[in-house]
Amino acid sequence: MKDNCVIEIKNVSKQYKLGVIGTGSLRRDLQSWWAKKTGKPDPNLEIGERPHKKGERFLALDNISLEISRGERVGIIGANGAGKSTLLKLLSRVTAPSEGVISYRGRITSMLEVGTGFHAELTGRENIFLKGAILGMTKSEVESKLSQIIEFSECEKFIDTPVKRYSSGMFVKLAFAVAAHLDSEIMIMDEVLAVGDMKFQKKCIEKMRSLALEQNRTVLYVSHNMNTIRRLCNRCIVLDKGKIIYDGDVDEAIKIYLGSDDGNFCFAKYDKPEYKDRIENRELDLKTVKYIGKADNIFTQNEPMLLELGWENLKDISNLSLRIEVSNYQRVPITSFLLENFYSGKAGESFKAQFKIDISNFTTGGYYTRYVFYAQNDDSQNFRVIESAKGLTLRKRTTGITKNPWQKSWGSVVVGKIELLD
Amino acid sequence: MINDDITVITSKRRLLSLNLKELWKYRDLVFLFVKRDLKSSYKQTILGPLWLVINPFISSFVFTLIFGIIANISTDGIPQFVFYMSGNILWGLFSSCLTRCSSTFLSNARLFGKVYFPRLAAPLAEIFYNYITFFVRFFMFLILIIIYMLCGANIKITFAALILPFLVLHISFLGAGVGLIISSVTVKYRDLGVLVSFGTTLWMYLTPIVYPVSQIPENLRRIMLLNPTAPIVEAFRYGFLGTGCFSPLYLFVSIAVTAAILFIGLIMFNQTEKNFIDTV
Repeated sequence: MKDNCVIEIKNVSKQYKLGVIGTGSLRRDLQSWWAKKTGKPDPNLEIGERPHKKGERFLALDNISLEISRGERVGIIGANGAGKSTLLKLLSRVTAPSEGVISYRGRITSMLEVGTGFHAELTGRENIFLKGAILGMTKSEVESKLSQIIEFSECEKFIDTPVKRYSSGMFVKLAFAVAAHLDSEIMIMDEVLAVGDMKFQKKCIEKMRSLALEQNRTVLYVSHNMNTIRRLCNRCIVLDKGKIIYDGDVDEAIKIYLGSDDGNFCFAKYDKPEYKDRIENRELDLKTVKYIGKADNIFTQNEPMLLELGWENLKDISNLSLRIEVSNYQRVPITSFLLENFYSGKAGESFKAQFKIDISNFTTGGYYTRYVFYAQNDDSQNFRVIESAKGLTLRKRTTGITKNPWQKSWGSVVVGKIELLD
Repeated sequence: MINDDITVITSKRRLLSLNLKELWKYRDLVFLFVKRDLKSSYKQTILGPLWLVINPFISSFVFTLIFGIIANISTDGIPQFVFYMSGNILWGLFSSCLTRCSSTFLSNARLFGKVYFPRLAAPLAEIFYNYITFFVRFFMFLILIIIYMLCGANIKITFAALILPFLVLHISFLGAGVGLIISSVTVKYRDLGVLVSFGTTLWMYLTPIVYPVSQIPENLRRIMLLNPTAPIVEAFRYGFLGTGCFSPLYLFVSIAVTAAILFIGLIMFNQTEKNFIDTV
């Protein structure tokens, strides 16, 4: 192990068997075993179910190698099932790897879940000691930090109340406070802050940052909240299907992760029901969408978005309107584009329409879209939604005039110019 | 202060790696587990820790009624209530060690799944918990025999009483050993878990708890004493009541059996703990 290296992961894999492990009862396991021996069908399988073949396994982590140096704040991101939690579990020694070697220096504190080890009947104070001991602190260590912990947790008032009467937020605060005051060289956090309020989340992130910066602790942090990753980490790893697909700069990692979410498609067919939203009366069936004349979904500086939508009328449609809703990379809606009363048609007809949308004031970053069709009701001024579907994603690259107007600092849309008054 | 110890995690593990050094580092955890269990088990009850003492009293009373008065089983001249009480508190220690250790993995699955500490801390805490409850009950038992002796009952405290600490260790290790084996097997097969409470009751009837060994026919007595719990109970009774057959030979056999069971239990526990969270 190199001198400055605190965690070294060498060719680590973790395998899980697919399907139910045994049947959970000795009698039925013996039954299945006997059936297999005598060549009869397994009485414990559902009809039509195929027995899991030997060797049918699932690799949660696939030959991963990684080195982490002292003082690094490493974010780990990836879609559900990418192997993030498995990696943290291996590091926390909750379960052993199937292959490979992990070595680390010093102590690891892991918080894989909120309030692990808390006992509902005990008071906050008693639980601080219990949790501290579970994380490997001695009683005197906890005692010396007790007042700091209580202060950080913001639970002074309730510290002698059984924790079963705590709110979930207080629970997290107390749990985090204990973990944050541990003298361990490595801290591992798995999405535990999600329950606390924004103020406390910020406080925790700051605490971890300062631990890493001032005391040279190493932090590993898993989250789906890109904001916290950005605020805390100085290195980011993207996992996908058990493999490391990126390791390095945080912003770049987040782009890769968000990009890999929906793919870089420039056309799509609506052949799966999950592409569409559930609406009451679908009067129009959106069939296809594409960016005209493009091979990807990346738009540069002043390039307009040219869009073609193809649909079939399920009913007679008059005065159709279209709204394109745009959300930023965190799926927060930011703006919409409208086109009203542009089409009328008979039931059964198919139609393709082309649109031009000016997205020149979008800043660099990824965007999600949604296409909503609506029509005016005959009797009133109200509108009714007659089709609503997930749209193609788009990525904006701006070059030229300004230095990288990136979404996170500029906001998603640059609304206008500032007028200088005399 | 930077800790520079290197820890290496691999897929393989030796057959038995106890790592007592690490366990010692976590001694406060064991202590806090015991405290947690003691505190939480009698929270929101009216009588509180008094239940510790009430339990053996009630069961000894019932035993006196059924086995003493109705079935009229001899107790070697010892007042029936004290006789049953002696068996009850010792058996309580054994069966509680066994049942509580046997659910180590299942009842701690959530905790074990989220954080690492030496897993042996959990059963160890169970054992200490049982020592505390045992000594509370034992103290009550001592008062009881002193009262009976003052009233002129035929009770003698003999030299064998001195080996009490040893007997306590012995019977608790036996219980814990069996418990560890069961806990390792129940991770995959829940069947054994169902058997535990039923099995310990059966085991109790095979142990001279509700009857003295002297009531067993001569030729069966030897087989009876091969049951590893039997010589311990007999030695305990011999020490504090002055009856029963105290036999060092059978006690040694029992020690050997206990050592073997505990050893197997530790190996199985050790092998199970590394990956059980994937199969539980």
